Amino acid sequence: MTGRTTTPPPAPFALRHAEEAMGTVFSFDVRGGEPETVRRTLAEAIDELHRVDEVFSTYREHSQLSRLSRGELTVADCAPEVAEVLALGEAAERLSEGWFSTRYAGRTDPTGIVKGWAVERAARRLAAAGTTGVSVNGGGDVQTYGAPGPHRSWRVGVADPLRAGGLAAVVSAAGADGLAVATSGTAERGAHIMDPRTGRPAVTDLVAVTTVGPRLTWADAWATAAFARGSRQALDWLESLPEVEALLITAQGEARCTRGLAAWLG
Amino acid sequence: MHPLKRKNPLRRVVLASAATVSGVVLLLSLKPHTAPGLALAAPSSAPSGGGASRGSAPAGTRTVTGDAVPTRYGPVQVRITVTNGRLTDVTAVATPQDNPRDRSISGYAVPQLTREALAAQSASIDAVSGASYTSAGYRRSLQSALDKAGG
Repeated sequence: MTGRTTTPPPAPFALRHAEEAMGTVFSFDVRGGEPETVRRTLAEAIDELHRVDEVFSTYREHSQLSRLSRGELTVADCAPEVAEVLALGEAAERLSEGWFSTRYAGRTDPTGIVKGWAVERAARRLAAAGTTGVSVNGGGDVQTYGAPGPHRSWRVGVADPLRAGGLAAVVSAAGADGLAVATSGTAERGAHIMDPRTGRPAVTDLVAVTTVGPRLTWADAWATAAFARGSRQALDWLESLPEVEALLITAQGEARCTRGLAAWLG
Repeated sequence: MHPLKRKNPLRRVVLASAATVSGVVLLLSLKPHTAPGLALAAPSSAPSGGGASRGSAPAGTRTVTGDAVPTRYGPVQVRITVTNGRLTDVTAVATPQDNPRDRSISGYAVPQLTREALAAQSASIDAVSGASYTSAGYRRSLQSALDKAGG
C-alpha cells in the first residue's frame, strides 16, 4: 500500500535570542506560534527592555528614576510604569516586613524589583502572542509560561553557589502554566545585597536563596528579602507566604527548603 | 531491643557518622574524594554478634583526630571518641566559621540532592537560575552554554 504515507509533523517553530540590557544578559527561548508574529513580538519585548532600562537606570544621570530621586520630577511626570513599579516595591516592602526595600541611601531605588518585573512582563507578552512555550531568563531569574513541547515541561536548573558550573537542584514547571525561579546570592557579584535597616551589605549566613512561584516579580523580591534576613528567620517567613517555595544554601553548604518545594523538584 | 545486641552495632554507628561527616564535606564541595578522619576513625576490630557487653570490643576510651582538610572557608577537622567499642562522640575540632548562626538551620532537608542525579538531570534543563550575573559573568555561565547549544 502506498496510498497512505505518513509525513512527520513539521517541527514547531522555535526562536532563541540573547540580549544584553540592564548590565546583564536576557535569554529568550520561545516555542510555537506563527514565526512572523513571534519575531515581531520578540523585537517589541526587547525594545521594551531597553526602554525600561533607560527609565529606571540609577546609573544614568538623566533617567527618569534619577531625576525623580533628585526631586526634579514627580511620579506623575514619569512613564506610567514608574508608578506601577514603585507600588509593587511598596507592597514587597510591606509583605517582607521591611526586609525588601526600594529605598537606598535615602533615595528611591527600585532596582531590586525592576528586573524581575521586566522579565515577567516580557515573558507574558510573548505568551500572549500565540506561542505554546516561553522561557525568559534575566541574569539568572527565570519566568516560563506554557511548555517547550507537547510532552515536556520547562526545567530550570538552580546553580550550585559553592561549585561553579554545577547544579544544586532542578525545578520543573510540571503542569503549572507560569513558573518563576529567582535566585539571590553572592556567587556572582559578592556581597551586593543590602540590609535595608543598616544600609550596609546584609550580614547573613546564606550564600544563596532560590524561590519558586508563579510570578517572577514576587519570587525575585522574596529571594532578595530572604537572603538579607538569614536562614533562621527566612524559612519561617517564606513558609508564611502563599504560593512561594524556597531553597536556602548556607555558607557551610547546608541546604534546606520549605515544605512544598519537593513537589517542584525533578 | 538494646542497640548493643544488634549485629555490628559499632559499624552501624560509625557508618552513620561517616555518612554525616562526609556529607558535610561533600556539601562544602571541596575535596569530595576525601573524608577527613574517617579512614582513621573506622576501627578494624568492630565487634560482631555479641556486642560490647560480652567483652569482645576493645576496652577503654580511644580518641582519634582526623586530618585537617583545607576548604575555601577554612580548615575542617573532626575528632571521634570510641568508648568500649562504641562511638560516643564526634566533635568538629576545626570548622570554617564559629558563628553560632551558622551551625544549623531549620526547615526541610532537600531531597534528591545527589551529584549523580543532578549531573544526569543537567542534560535536560532549559534555563539556569543563579545569583545575578553581569554581562561578563553571563559569558561563563551555564545559561550561555544553553543559549549556544540551542542555536
